[in-house]
Amino acid sequence: MSLHEYLFYIIMPILALSVLLIFVRFVIGPSITDRVVALDLLIITGMGLIAVYSILTDQPTFLDIAMIFALLAFLSSVAFSFYLKQRRKND
Amino acid sequence: MTDIVIAILATSGAVFTLLAAVGIVRMPDLYLRISVTTKAASLGIGLILFCTALYFKETSVTTKVLAIIFFIFLTAPVSAHLIGRAAYIIGVPLWVHTIVDHLEGKYDKNKNDELSSEE
Repeated sequence: MSLHEYLFYIIMPILALSVLLIFVRFVIGPSITDRVVALDLLIITGMGLIAVYSILTDQPTFLDIAMIFALLAFLSSVAFSFYLKQRRKND
Repeated sequence: MTDIVIAILATSGAVFTLLAAVGIVRMPDLYLRISVTTKAASLGIGLILFCTALYFKETSVTTKVLAIIFFIFLTAPVSAHLIGRAAYIIGVPLWVHTIVDHLEGKYDKNKNDELSSEE
């Protein structure tokens, strides 16, 4: 079994299964902060999928998208926490 | 030889990510979920990205990967802290079996504002 087959048949399904599990929490999450945490983790797992896919296709250009995803995940969680606090303060 | 190292690193990274996903579904409380997912996911994604650096063996790819890993390790604790603090202030309930709450009384739950506010 070559490295590409191993990555395609073992690693990608594990990452896809974890995306499904995180999406369950994203749908059923009781409070809005649960959904924010699940969204953050979804983006980070997507970065892992992008890294494996860049090995499978021999295209290191995809890592730029992973870097932008890292920036977006941090910015979105900071903005969500800021506005959640502001919303309750202005009631 | 490099393929075996890449396979081992990718397997451990994927397993850590899967553990984070199981943790976010199974944990009983928002704060425990934040605690379990931040650590496990940053380690798992760091290992998977490191595989990419080992596979391509180019300076530009390695620099990019190290920048992404450094950024994740820098920002994951900060965003977890911010979300946990916002959740405590807007009143997300703790687990029923929580033993100690160090922030009890520091925030006024009726006004949902800090008692010793900066403003």
